[in-house]
Amino acid sequence: MHLLRDSFPDTADGPRVSGAGRTVIIGVGNDFRGDDGAGPAVLARLAGLVPPGVDLVASDGEPANLLEAWDGASLAIVVDAVQAGSAPAGALHRVEITSLGAASGAELVGESAGLSGSHQLGLGSAIGLAQVLGRLPARLIVHGIQGGDFTLGAGLSNPVAGAIDDLLTAVIADLQC
Amino acid sequence: MTHRRERTLAAVGLARVEGEGALHVRVSGDQVEDVRLDIYEPPRFFEAFLRGRSYREPPDITSRVCGICPVAYQTSAFLAVEAACGVQVDGPIAQLRRLLYCGEWIASHALHIYLLHAPDFLGYPGAIEMARDHRAIVERGLRLRRAGNAIMETIGGRAVHPVNIQVGGFYSAPTRSGLSGLTGILRAAMEDALETVRWVAGFEFPELTLEHEMLALSQPGSYPIERGTIVTSGGLAFTAAEFEDHVIEEQVPHSTALHARLSGHPGTYLTGPLARYTLNARWLSPAAAAAAAAAGLGESCRNPFRSIVVRAVEVVCAIEEAISIIEAYEPPAAASVPVPPRAGTGHGVSEAPRGVLYQRYDFDSAGTILGARIVPPTSQNQAAIERDLRLFIQPRLELDDDELTRQCEQAIRNYDPCISCATHFLTLRMDRA
Repeated sequence: MHLLRDSFPDTADGPRVSGAGRTVIIGVGNDFRGDDGAGPAVLARLAGLVPPGVDLVASDGEPANLLEAWDGASLAIVVDAVQAGSAPAGALHRVEITSLGAASGAELVGESAGLSGSHQLGLGSAIGLAQVLGRLPARLIVHGIQGGDFTLGAGLSNPVAGAIDDLLTAVIADLQC
Repeated sequence: MTHRRERTLAAVGLARVEGEGALHVRVSGDQVEDVRLDIYEPPRFFEAFLRGRSYREPPDITSRVCGICPVAYQTSAFLAVEAACGVQVDGPIAQLRRLLYCGEWIASHALHIYLLHAPDFLGYPGAIEMARDHRAIVERGLRLRRAGNAIMETIGGRAVHPVNIQVGGFYSAPTRSGLSGLTGILRAAMEDALETVRWVAGFEFPELTLEHEMLALSQPGSYPIERGTIVTSGGLAFTAAEFEDHVIEEQVPHSTALHARLSGHPGTYLTGPLARYTLNARWLSPAAAAAAAAAGLGESCRNPFRSIVVRAVEVVCAIEEAISIIEAYEPPAAASVPVPPRAGTGHGVSEAPRGVLYQRYDFDSAGTILGARIVPPTSQNQAAIERDLRLFIQPRLELDDDELTRQCEQAIRNYDPCISCATHFLTLRMDRA
């Protein structure tokens, strides 16, 4: 439903912080591409677990879609498979970006979480674009799970499947603080 | 003067292309010797994955091939299934399908025009940098994209991998009032779309005229989107069922993707916005036709750099079509028509934002898929892109390495290659020897 909200402002005096808006959890990925399905898998597990009023949104990670998905949110939590350096598959990463300290948000995600293989124009671009347009949520938390196998048609690899419970716990903990 | 040296000019990721792949350019002295677009991973996986599945599954499964054009995959899939089963869907369901597809065109084209392609013309490395100087313009693009997504959410249930689509129609059809909420969004979007045409028409376009055969769908009486027969600029006309008689796919050494060519035609062919416009300009909606004329597009368009103008015109067309469909809409008696399985083969084609997307399925009498074939537009355009790049690079060899690389990337983006449909990773590598 966020797609039908009012249009962007024509001008703004600086980064616009969405007010006491909704909470949204965005699962990024393709469940037909091995560990890229971690985001959708978490989203599926969250259904029924989150309090009323928390939106669950599936996303392909394309920047404009991400901007729409977190439009008007005071807290946005993005769950995505990542490839970050030499971390083992299943390793969890958490990056929090606030509008006040967001100057290097895109780089932060790029360096400490990385982007999963098929999202060339992905989360880092979305955060960078949101910063320029003043469309970052007040709080943006990125939960990355290190992927090991992005083969088309494969399910989650064992290390990633085994870490989903911990990732779920970490996401829910962020809803409560 | 020819001189020999071993040198790698650049090895960089090709940004702002959906998905990734690899382009390799080899130059010897003052001659471009070879241009190869490496495509590693066509949707052959999906063809194999579909075998043994139910005839009702292709729309949902193939929608996962591409996050940018799921409706195109769904549409060609259900058309093929319905053709195999001897069912033709008309009336309000067909109109809803066209409306849904208009949403995808608007969203996909707006993304490409504003976030991927325009930065090239304005001299920015990407959309973020462009947005710093042109915030209102980028926001206009995002509004347009959102209007397209709003259609897909309303008809398809959601914009990413729409879930309301099935063989035979929809799981549920909107009411008149359910659609009327879109009208205001689309009327506002029309203003943005017309402004977009004026904006991109003012860009500077390098001179380049392509002589490819053009291939597009034809839906006499309307601009081709969600179905049609196939026509070419050379005068060929054939149906989806005859596609594989006319379009030959061949293995080439440097790629696991197949190169497409027209049977009996020695040259390359091109599908996508340039071909659609060139073969169907007379069927543009009134506002789109007027916008095209004002933008200086003639009866045909063969400069790939001007594809951004054609896309902008097609956004106008899709919005005008969408408004027209909504105003005339009467809900169907049932959201879908029965499609009983039967043994046989079915073929489906539709105009994905990037060009003609073909699918074929073979079924047994229970509707189990025995074989599947998917030919996406980017695979069809691969040979044409390589040929164009060779022509494009040759007179630009005096440019320094960075600038030549940048211009090559721009030239590739002209085709809006959705390489995630056809491949995975793309790096650009130029070797001068």
